[in-house]
Amino acid sequence: MPGITREEVAHLARLARLELQGEELDHFAGQLDDIIGAVARVSEVADQDVPPTSHPLPLTNVMRPDEVRPSLTPEQALSGAPAQEQQRFKVPQILGEE
Amino acid sequence: MTVTDLVSYEDALDTYDPVMGLEVHVELGTKTKMFCGCSTTLGAEPNSQTCPTCLGMPGSLPVVNAIGVESAIKIGLALNCTIAEWCRFARKNYFYPDMPKNFQTSQYDEPIAFDGYLDVQLEDGEVFRVHIERAHMEEDTGKSTHVGGATGRIQGARHSLLDYNRAGIPLIEIVTKPIEGAGERAPEVAKAYVAELRELIKALDVSEARMEQGQMRCDVNLSLRPKGTEKFGTRSETKNVNSLRSVERAARFEIQRHAAVLSSGGTIIQETRHFHEEDGSTTSGRIKEEAEDYRYFPEPDLVPVAPSREWVEELRAVLPELPRVRRNRLREEWGISEHDMQSILNAGAVDLITATVEAGADSAAARKWWMGELARRANEDGVELAALPITPEQVARVTALVADGSLNDKLARQTIEGVLAGEGDPDTVVEKRGLKVVSDEGALGTAVDEAIAANAAIADKIRGGKVAAAGALVGAVMKATRGQADAARVRELILERLGAKE
Repeated sequence: MPGITREEVAHLARLARLELQGEELDHFAGQLDDIIGAVARVSEVADQDVPPTSHPLPLTNVMRPDEVRPSLTPEQALSGAPAQEQQRFKVPQILGEE
Repeated sequence: MTVTDLVSYEDALDTYDPVMGLEVHVELGTKTKMFCGCSTTLGAEPNSQTCPTCLGMPGSLPVVNAIGVESAIKIGLALNCTIAEWCRFARKNYFYPDMPKNFQTSQYDEPIAFDGYLDVQLEDGEVFRVHIERAHMEEDTGKSTHVGGATGRIQGARHSLLDYNRAGIPLIEIVTKPIEGAGERAPEVAKAYVAELRELIKALDVSEARMEQGQMRCDVNLSLRPKGTEKFGTRSETKNVNSLRSVERAARFEIQRHAAVLSSGGTIIQETRHFHEEDGSTTSGRIKEEAEDYRYFPEPDLVPVAPSREWVEELRAVLPELPRVRRNRLREEWGISEHDMQSILNAGAVDLITATVEAGADSAAARKWWMGELARRANEDGVELAALPITPEQVARVTALVADGSLNDKLARQTIEGVLAGEGDPDTVVEKRGLKVVSDEGALGTAVDEAIAANAAIADKIRGGKVAAAGALVGAVMKATRGQADAARVRELILERLGAKE
């Protein structure tokens, strides 16, 4: 089992917008390695003839008719928002100065 | 790079061979979103069409819109694609506030439709086959408003405001295979492809595909390789090019820009670029290196879509006539040239003329009004032909009034003017403005007699057999009746009174 490297943790942290310090990278690399090692044990019992699955139930084609259902009111939709303005969700600056 | 630093288009094509890839997003015209029952009506007040599912609330579960899937299959079939027997949705993970879920539900390695083609016809009639890689289902994102910057752009903004009404509206993304061998016609092929696709989507009735409203958006991928070589160059991706003309301009600009960079020994950076309508240029967006790591994985909250072959065949059986086939058929029925048909197409008049003919008009008359007076008005007002406040039925009525002699050409124009001005339907306008041709023979006869009396010399010439001179008298009568007479009848009366024969 190849170990999770420090660089891989740094890459994941960047994708997840997490700021990790040097020690933390080592710490999480070890932890992630353990977790992936544990999950990898599944492959010991999964045989060639067991296809990978993304859903526990053998269902297909669950669809709904194209009929409008009531939406939330804007007040309800925004009720959990930390900040709002002009009936819209207000989010912090996305990009820094150019 | 400014426009002046570019290599001329001709020089660029002397040295390089362009390869394009086009990605088109089509917003479906379903009543509800792709994974929840929220309405998709445009123009609703902010955040009034959202629910726990499209807001990404914990515990909410998506359910696929059946019409969304059906529309995707129809599009796939019309593009000559294979329809997957089994496929899944995938999560495309990214951090950006336009999707509150922090991922977009899309399809990754199992698109619902793949391996097709679309034949597009260029303006001179040449047919170019564009191969389709895939068409897959996904959802649109919310709308951001950036506040605090000078230009409303994201750069320099203090904060942003999000309206999630659009988040979750069904999208079909259609991706071409690399388009090779178009050479100098590459920009034209790109435009013709998007135009053809738009017509096709409209014919399938799955979306209105109005580019100016963002219902159809195109990304233009382009690279150059030295002529005679095989290996693709590095590509740029110009995002959200939102009109047919812009698609052509963006491709052309990128060919010239790439050529300039490559010819001066530089390298093209793989990046997204923004297109600017004002001058047709593109500027650098974000550099695509590792930014494009979306950690796709199969969507665990949705079960696979496995369209039965029966369903697929049912949908195939009711596909409408393809737009290109229909256009060629109409061109033959109307007896016009490729060039004239292209003008009609460019003016967005095909459906209008067809509807006018269906409402009883002669095709030549229908073409004359839509491509003449009405096209001129649309152009003046800066609107699409179809947006003019006159219907094909009303135009057909005007042509009927001309055909039965109630209106002459000039009066017909005034009638149309009245309809456009909101004065009512053609008959109302004719009534209110008093535009009927003077068919009262008595009144007309008086006008003819007066004209003859006032132009004795000309009248003598006509009596003497110079029938061609009658035009001047006809003109005088038309003037006296303020254009409200039937010129042919006036001519008859003049010749009759002067005892002359044609």
